[in-house]
Amino acid sequence: MEISDSLVDHIANLAKLEFNDSEKEAIRQDMSKIVNFMSKLNEIDTENVEPLMFMSHDINVLREDIPAVTITKEEALKNAPKKDSDYFRIPKVLQGK
Amino acid sequence: MYKNFAEVKSALASGRRVVDILEDYLKRIESKKQLNAFLEVFSESARQRAKEVDAKIADGTAGRLAGMIIGIKDNICYKNHKVSASSKILENFESLYTATALQRLIDEDAVIIGRLNCDEFAMGSSNENSAFGNVLNPLNEDCVPGGSSGGSAAAVAANLCTVALGSDTGGSIRQPASFTGTYGIKPTYGRISRYGLIAYASSFDQIGAFANDLEDTALVTEIMAGADEMDSTSSREEVTDYTPVLPAGKLKIAYIKECLEIGVNAHIKEAFLKLIEELKADGHEVTEVSFPYLDYMVPMYYVLTTAEASSNLSRFDGVHYGYRSPNAQGTEETYKKSRSEGFGAEVKRRIMTGTFVLSHGYYDAYYSKAQKVRRVLQEKTNEILAQADFIISPASPNVAFKRGAISEPIEMYLQDIYTVHANLTGHPAIAIPHGQKIDGLPFAVQLMGKFFKEKELFDYSKLLEKYIQ
Repeated sequence: MEISDSLVDHIANLAKLEFNDSEKEAIRQDMSKIVNFMSKLNEIDTENVEPLMFMSHDINVLREDIPAVTITKEEALKNAPKKDSDYFRIPKVLQGK
Repeated sequence: MYKNFAEVKSALASGRRVVDILEDYLKRIESKKQLNAFLEVFSESARQRAKEVDAKIADGTAGRLAGMIIGIKDNICYKNHKVSASSKILENFESLYTATALQRLIDEDAVIIGRLNCDEFAMGSSNENSAFGNVLNPLNEDCVPGGSSGGSAAAVAANLCTVALGSDTGGSIRQPASFTGTYGIKPTYGRISRYGLIAYASSFDQIGAFANDLEDTALVTEIMAGADEMDSTSSREEVTDYTPVLPAGKLKIAYIKECLEIGVNAHIKEAFLKLIEELKADGHEVTEVSFPYLDYMVPMYYVLTTAEASSNLSRFDGVHYGYRSPNAQGTEETYKKSRSEGFGAEVKRRIMTGTFVLSHGYYDAYYSKAQKVRRVLQEKTNEILAQADFIISPASPNVAFKRGAISEPIEMYLQDIYTVHANLTGHPAIAIPHGQKIDGLPFAVQLMGKFFKEKELFDYSKLLEKYIQ
């Protein structure tokens, strides 16, 4: 299938990415090629085949629900680009005063 | 320089201390800086650890890895040390905890010497996708070391550490092992905990080891293996001793006919066929099987791994950790600009593709379809492995190629044609260097075994060494 400009825009929005015009054309062409490459899978008959979703061989791995502190608040905030003593901070949402 | 742990141990026995051995490695790293294998050398913490290990050796309480100097791929967490997945988006990020696999090695007194360059978020087959520069192949510096664990492979090949850890999602340990003449294993899915491994594609990723001999590869794998309460996909299947590695008896192996019908290097093909003939001549049971799924493996791999990657990498939002764009205002822009400026081109390509195959209207046609084909592939592979102990193939269709030689994404993706199989089905697989070289460049044989039969994989590799080295 051919990937259209508007489909690239839609997917980019879902992926929270943005592209300028030349990048967009490059990604559109790459995606068209990759998606066509992937379409080869349609040649395989999968009638009545269940999707393989889980690779582990163990079923129902359960544990006791014991509360524990694995990461402290300070640690959680340690790598934040902007923070105060309690919160992650994001840039201002509203402009003006 | 120490080629393997046996040489380190004999140096220890002759009176050298772990601190001395560490200094030898640090000097060696400095002299091979142009390889760009290390993103950071943990000199300070390594020197401290080496002293502690020397003290333990003195009181006879040292663990099994005392004296072993290990480098880690830059996607494995080590508490209070940086880890970046070779991405600008995680530059300066410091781990809050240590990966279980790594902790088990530290508990046996390995010293961790630094973090090793790789393709950004482990996405690539040549180590040309790192935000911090490419890695040179120590055997020919014009060539790539393979990827994505290119720094790990180069570091072991150049003796910059005794053993290196990598991760393998579609061949990211075995292909660079092949390109650098080192040993590399991808264990069975679930054999080693993924806790503390930065996720790329969670149903494919496994941590594994690079080393210069089988014994070291087996030893480190044995120590890392086993259930972990922090990773519910880690298997509770018992871990047997993998060491000592002893050559196994008669082989019962299969090879896939179609593997030799694609564009494989003529010398690699010739060496492979010669090996098959020699094995047969010695009375090993070697069966040629037809397996018409080869052309579907790489497409299947890209549908599923890009889907999982798009989900896993959604956590990089410019808010909680990592890079934030200075140009963003408000939340939406913070997400979009931070991610667009922070991720490299290949990572964005895969996030976009993965988002597409998971999106409304395309999910069934691509993602669900690929999951179904994955089941077909796993069942057909198990059928072969019900008749044979191993599937043998080259590890890569080519020797290391020149930097910049492959620019088309799909051509690059096809470099993994022999290795993705084991990640798609979950089976363990190992790359064993062939003694021959092609214009000075090495290549490897790959053995893929039954689930959790790592012990057998090592022992049969030992037997195979007699034929190829």
